[in-house]
Amino acid sequence: MYVAVKGGEAAIRNAHRLLADRRRGDPAVPALHVSQIVEQLALGVDRVMAEGALYDRDLAGLALMQARGDMIEAIFLVRAYRTTLPRFGYSRPVDTGAMQIERRVSATFKDLPGGQVLGPTFDYTHRLLEPELAEGATPLEPERREVAAEASPRVTDLLGHDGLIEPDGVGNGEVTDITRTPMEFPLPRDSRLQALSRGDEGFLLALAYSTQRGYARSHPFVGEIRIGEVEIELDVPELPFPAPLGRVRLTECQMVNQFKGSAKAPPQFTRGYGLVFGQSERKAMAMALCDRALRAAEFGEDIVAPAQDEEFVISHSDNVQATGFVEHLKLPHYVDFQAELDLVRRMRAEQKDATDIKEAAE
Amino acid sequence: MNAPTGSIASYNFAYLDEQTKRMIRRAILKAIAIPGYQVPFASREMPMPYGWGTGGVQVTAAIIGPDDVLKVIDQGADDTTNAVSIRAFFQKVANVAVTTRTDEATIIQTRHRIPEQPLRAGQTLVYQVPIPEPLRFLEPRETETRLMHALEEYGLMHVKLYEDIATHGRIATTYAYPVKVEGRYVMDPSPTPKFDNPKMHMSPALQLFGAGREKRIYALPPFTQVESLDFDDHPFTVQTFDKPCALCGAEGVYLDEVILDDCGGHMFVCSDTDHCESRQGDGYHGQQEETFR
Repeated sequence: MYVAVKGGEAAIRNAHRLLADRRRGDPAVPALHVSQIVEQLALGVDRVMAEGALYDRDLAGLALMQARGDMIEAIFLVRAYRTTLPRFGYSRPVDTGAMQIERRVSATFKDLPGGQVLGPTFDYTHRLLEPELAEGATPLEPERREVAAEASPRVTDLLGHDGLIEPDGVGNGEVTDITRTPMEFPLPRDSRLQALSRGDEGFLLALAYSTQRGYARSHPFVGEIRIGEVEIELDVPELPFPAPLGRVRLTECQMVNQFKGSAKAPPQFTRGYGLVFGQSERKAMAMALCDRALRAAEFGEDIVAPAQDEEFVISHSDNVQATGFVEHLKLPHYVDFQAELDLVRRMRAEQKDATDIKEAAE
Repeated sequence: MNAPTGSIASYNFAYLDEQTKRMIRRAILKAIAIPGYQVPFASREMPMPYGWGTGGVQVTAAIIGPDDVLKVIDQGADDTTNAVSIRAFFQKVANVAVTTRTDEATIIQTRHRIPEQPLRAGQTLVYQVPIPEPLRFLEPRETETRLMHALEEYGLMHVKLYEDIATHGRIATTYAYPVKVEGRYVMDPSPTPKFDNPKMHMSPALQLFGAGREKRIYALPPFTQVESLDFDDHPFTVQTFDKPCALCGAEGVYLDEVILDDCGGHMFVCSDTDHCESRQGDGYHGQQEETFR
């Protein structure tokens, strides 16, 4: 005999209990500490901070641990916490020109003021597994340089002096906040950059790649990538100077793209911009390529490829939204399915009747 | 107001901070003022995934007060896992009274159904909406669809329904069946079966629709005209079931099919569990009861 299913509550409780057990894994293996994740899985933590849009290494580490290493789940945890935090102001724009640089490379000039600094990069490592790492080898003390005597101006600023690249644009002092106002298309560039900055790394990477393969080619050069710490400052009305709040680590990528000119204006290179929390060159570069592709209309370029389509790119770049909606398909849909089932059955019955009548007539 | 005092795990009443609630209430008021119009709002990340009712949860969180009695249903049932989860959420963050009885509730949050028992004045039905735009699958661009609504340009929708008739001999939309509100806006009733569409028409209850991921709120104030789109020669009809509910014997209600074995055995039972249980409590019974009596 059929009895209506009861007990969703107990089932949920038990499922979560099992999850906690599986998360812990074999109790004979020592439990992870959040500090180990923060220190030793730092780039994973960076990604959670970037796409979670909250700069807090410990919370991102905790989220990663709670999510059993599932990036998007960890990002979601951080977002859901972030949204409850009160806003008490907007910082001054950060000056990435004054960044404490740990890495800085340019693909457009062999040498430049401040020099090329490789920093802690996977580039030029041979991708051979290192068994000694598993045995807990102690790394050598890193070489240190003397504090850079020379300033490291941004490559785009150097190009800008000669008018070779389009100006950076002037802010009107107010930034939109996509977490506090609903987005409406077409977006202003600040909204778009915010959305890209917290967009899914994989999605933006694929779109950026598509522009390199001919779907909205933009002839990009890496003007510069820089990674390091910048000061965050807040204007407080009572104070005559901006109040320093601390430092954050950022990755900035300035792409120098296809030039543009006309009979009136001399040709200039154009920009694509990427800025991400933490250390993530891949994301910053992908973002810069996508930003440039999305500026197609601004430059009167034909919009022919997915990467140039603002509604398409921005509406689908948020992985917390995407995962939620894709995964909601596992929720019950039996009411709607019943409606479809009923329709298909009726239509099949009608077709059968029609065939039977036809056959009887013949 | 926003009171994270002391411990890190304290939340405001009903989770959202008061500023956010005010923003959502403004959107709701605008939505009520323009029935069927989709009002953009700054949807928040909620502690449950997008697509799992975040729009409905935000609307409920913005309107719920300590004296409210909340009912949450998914597919008509109070005990489906997501309904259980959302109800538990509000018990936790708002400590409100909850019920499974339609007539006792002041706020009913729903996914995919409207209760069988007619709603009364003073009740609010909050729908969880996945895709608020009825024109979305005809025109994917928001910039275009907003313009189409502004110009009341709904020809495309009629063409779609006509094409259904041409291909299948009938309108083949069985759920999320588009409606016209007060003769102006075409509106998505959320993916409720079209069976429930007539219940929206001139309902004494306030009906609010929240789409969290898509950041839209829309509304039907009490006693609003809601007409399902159709043609004179192909009038709108609702689903009918050949048999009554096997548990309570109800007719003229929406039924779920339950598969009993792997030999084609199946039975139909009320989708609205509260309605079914109330009837059984009143002594009604269906054929299954007779068999096992």
